[in-house]
Amino acid sequence: MEAKRKLIREDGKRLDGRKWDELRPISLEVGLLKNADGSAYIQWGKNKIMAAVYGPKEVHPKHQVLPDRALLRTRYHMAPFSVDERKNPAPSRREIEISKVIREALVPAVIVENYPRTAIEVWVEVLQSDGGSRVAGITAASLALADAGIDMRDLVVGCSCGIVDSQVVADLDDTEDKEGSGDMPVAIMPNLNLVTLLQVDGDYTRENFQKAFELAIAKGKEVYAMQREALTKKFFGDEAPSSAEMEESA
Amino acid sequence: MIPGDVITRGNYRYGSYIEKRGDEYVALRVGLAEVSQEGVKLNPLAGPYLPRADDQVIGKVVDINGFGWVVDINSCFDGFLPASFVFGREFSPATHDLSSKFRIGDVIGARIETFDRSRDPQLSIRGEGYGKILEGEIIKMSPTKVPRLIGKRGSMINLISERTGCDVQVGQNGVIVVVGPPEGIVKTANVIKMIDKEVHGADLTGKVEEYLGGSSSGS
Repeated sequence: MEAKRKLIREDGKRLDGRKWDELRPISLEVGLLKNADGSAYIQWGKNKIMAAVYGPKEVHPKHQVLPDRALLRTRYHMAPFSVDERKNPAPSRREIEISKVIREALVPAVIVENYPRTAIEVWVEVLQSDGGSRVAGITAASLALADAGIDMRDLVVGCSCGIVDSQVVADLDDTEDKEGSGDMPVAIMPNLNLVTLLQVDGDYTRENFQKAFELAIAKGKEVYAMQREALTKKFFGDEAPSSAEMEESA
Repeated sequence: MIPGDVITRGNYRYGSYIEKRGDEYVALRVGLAEVSQEGVKLNPLAGPYLPRADDQVIGKVVDINGFGWVVDINSCFDGFLPASFVFGREFSPATHDLSSKFRIGDVIGARIETFDRSRDPQLSIRGEGYGKILEGEIIKMSPTKVPRLIGKRGSMINLISERTGCDVQVGQNGVIVVVGPPEGIVKTANVIKMIDKEVHGADLTGKVEEYLGGSSSGS
C-alpha cells in the first residue's frame, strides 16, 4: 500500500462520520427461523448475521457424549457471497478459530449441567460481513439460545474496540479493522460483569489497552440494552411491562 | 424476565429456572415471574421438554430390544418402557413377545416413572388411561405452554372438549391426541395453535370461549 491513508478526518470524526466512541447502527430480531429451536438475526453496521440454535438433542457420534453436561457445538461460517470476492465455502482456518472462541464465549453463560448427555448446536451464519462479525455473532447467538429456552445465567454481548491512527475507537468497521493498528473484540456477561472473550491484536500502550477495554465493556452494555429490547419484543410484544416486571420494580 | 434478570431480593423458597446468587433471585429463562408468600416462581415461555417423575406423556415407540421399548417422548432423552412393567414380574425375553404388545410406530400414553440426570427416563403404563393409543390426531405444541392448555384444575381443557365434542388427551411433553368428529378436531387444533402463539395475553379463556362460541349447540 502507498502512503497510509488517514482513518480519522480533520474534524476528528471517522471515515464513516462516526465519533470516536460511537457504535454503528444495530438492529436485532429474535425467532425468525421456524425450524430452529431458537434463532436471532443481527444487523450491525454492514454485518448481516443469522444465528440458529438446535437442541438440546442426542449426541452423534455417541463417543462425544459428556455424561455430566451438554456438549455445546458452534459453527461460525461465512457465506460465499458475504465478502467482495467469492469466499470458498469450506471452513477456513479463521472460521474454525472463531467457532472455537464463540463457543468459549457462550459456554460460561449456558447452564450445560442442566442438560447432561445432550448436544446444543449453535450456528452463526454470516450473510454479509463487516468488521466485528464475531462479536455480532456472539450477540445474536446468545439471543438465539435464550429464544430456544435453554437455561442461561446471563446473556452474552460483545463489542470490539481498537486503535486507529493511534487513537482508541469503539466498534471498528471493516476498513478500520484492516487498516487500523489494533483490534480488540470483547464479550461480556453484562449482569454478572464477567468477561468471556478477550482477544487483542496490535500495539497498545498500557493506557490505551485500559481505555479500549473499558470502552468495549461500556459499549457492550449499550448493545445489551438493544438485546433486551429484541428479546422482550419477541416474547412480550410491544405491550406495557407485564405484571411480573411490575413486581420487580415494587 | 429474561435470562440474567434479578427477579427479587430477600429470602424465599424458589422453583425451577431460578438461581440464587447471594440474596438475589435470578431468572435463567425468558418467562413470567411470580413472587408470593409461597416463594419465587418463574413460568418459562420457551424451552425443551425435560422429563419429571409422574408426568403424563404421549410418545411413539421407536425401537424394541430384549428388555423393553424405546419411546420418543419429544425430549432430548428417549423414554424406556421396561417389559417387566407390562408383562409383570414373571417376564422373560424367552417366553414373551414384546412386539405382541407394542410395535414400532405405536403411540402410547405413559407416565414418567423415574428420571434423574444420570439415566434416561423410565416409563410405566400402569394406571387408568395409559397404554396404546389406537386412534386420534396427534398435535404438538410448546411443552412450556401445556399448563395453559390444561388451565386451572383442567378448566381450559374441559371447556375445549365440551365445546368441540372431542376427547383430548394431553401429554406434559407437548404431545396431544384428539379423538372426535373431524370438525371438532380442526377446532381443537386451532385452539391449541392459539394458546401456543398467545404470549401471555390476559383472558385466554375468554378468547377461547369466543372462538368456540356457539359450537356447543351447533355441532
